[in-house]
Amino acid sequence: MNIQAIQEEIIAEFSMFDDWDERFQYVIDLGKNLPLVEQQFKTDDNVIKGCQSKVWLHAEEKDNKIIFTADSDAIITKGIIAILIRVFSNQKAKDILEANTHFIDEIGLKEQLSPTRANGLVSMIKQIKLYALGFEAKK
Amino acid sequence: MFDIQKVRADFPILSQKVNGKPLVYFDNGATSQKPQVVIDAMAQYYSEINANIHRGVHTLSQLATDAYEASRLKIQTHLNAKFSHEVLFTSGTTHGINLVANGFASFLKPGDEVLVSALEHHSNIVPWQMLCEKTGATLKVIPMNLQGELMQSEYEKLLSEKTKIVTVNHISNALGTINPVKEMIAKAHCFGAAVLIDGAQAVPHLIPDVQDLDCDFYVFSGHKICGPTGTGILYGKEAWLNKLPPYQGGGEMIKEVSFEKTTYAELPHKFEAGTPNISGGIVLGVAIDYMNKIGFGNIQEQEKLLLHYGTEKLLAIEGLKIYGPEVSSGNKTSVISFNIDGIHPYDIGTIIDKKGIAVRTGHHCAQPIMSFFEIPGTIRASFAFYNTIEEIDTMVDAIKKAKVMLS
Repeated sequence: MNIQAIQEEIIAEFSMFDDWDERFQYVIDLGKNLPLVEQQFKTDDNVIKGCQSKVWLHAEEKDNKIIFTADSDAIITKGIIAILIRVFSNQKAKDILEANTHFIDEIGLKEQLSPTRANGLVSMIKQIKLYALGFEAKK
Repeated sequence: MFDIQKVRADFPILSQKVNGKPLVYFDNGATSQKPQVVIDAMAQYYSEINANIHRGVHTLSQLATDAYEASRLKIQTHLNAKFSHEVLFTSGTTHGINLVANGFASFLKPGDEVLVSALEHHSNIVPWQMLCEKTGATLKVIPMNLQGELMQSEYEKLLSEKTKIVTVNHISNALGTINPVKEMIAKAHCFGAAVLIDGAQAVPHLIPDVQDLDCDFYVFSGHKICGPTGTGILYGKEAWLNKLPPYQGGGEMIKEVSFEKTTYAELPHKFEAGTPNISGGIVLGVAIDYMNKIGFGNIQEQEKLLLHYGTEKLLAIEGLKIYGPEVSSGNKTSVISFNIDGIHPYDIGTIIDKKGIAVRTGHHCAQPIMSFFEIPGTIRASFAFYNTIEEIDTMVDAIKKAKVMLS
């Protein structure tokens, strides 16, 4: 599925929720179910330190696509990571570079990506784009 | 005892809704809310007497200057400083600390020692680290114990003739610990060391008597004591302020300027370069008047009630741990820093925010404290005199619900 289609799917899923508790519970459950970054990849090289929570991001190239795995010490951050991984992982570098994160606004989680939250997510998205740029440049 | 609802009515922001819920503002350690009289004073200044100060011969300039200097006198009285020229207006605690640290660069040399405490906010660590890097002096740290108190016996061992300056907070922003600063100052003086007290977290809760404490410097920020942001005070003993070189050069802090030689103004202007935050300085005086009108006795009584009640209700939550001194020690102000076993503080703070509850999460600009406890951060509820028992109940309910969601 292309990035655009996945984003629309997520927006549709979130439109079911009436209040913040439901929205957060869903994000928390996504976070709990996210596959963890393998311990060997949870190194200082892969950590993105926020003021509030830490994020680990690992990237591998496979069949001309980039596979991302990520983790966080905070569950809500992890839940948002699960959403971002669903959008950006297993996609071509070029598509990742062209994609935006406006869908996060539409599901009401815009402030989670605000730099003032300092939860590592803004830096993680930058890092995803940098990986995509790197893989694209290698070609 | 005051009428809490009447006091709350003084603060327009407290009737706001956040995310559709009544605001429960428990982040007073970060900044305080402002009473209408302070908000009005700001507008009044700009509507009626705005002019540059210490410079003009016209009436508005005189009115503004008089109001600014009257505020300085008010603050001198509040702190019980010997002279008004010992009271410098700054842009805040961080500015005041940097001013002193910068000044000490002229005196320190390799082999000299600077003592900071393990409980310090980054603003009272980094300027001293920079000072030591510049001068070759050594930074030493007064250690803390698991109760979040400074180890006085270790402090005494650290003091020597090499110690040139000691700096410690009056009250810890992260844990609420009240430090025995009067005793610590006396011990430092036995070795001829100067002492700077960071009073940013103290001034909302108590009135520091700088002569009684005998501190060499005392700093605080106006925005923590119901005043505007961008304001603050550095108190310094006359002898020390005369010894320190100027921090910023420019207009106002000079006596005579020529390209051959410039001479500097007397205190306090020597350290007040450029056009200051005039409205801020005047309104800071209004804020202090307001606090004194409420009465620090009343403030402390209400805060003690909130601390006791909040501690009891939070400790009833399974797996919840509070950091800092025991309430029974008497060494704690109305700050409760806590975590719930297995749950990241960020998660709790994010969920309860949606219920209108403002707490702070993270390291609170005190990373060394978090490293000491080996935690990523805490949730901090910091109460002011305008908070209520009912608000604590709202927060505790919300935390219990968040805990269920996150388990």
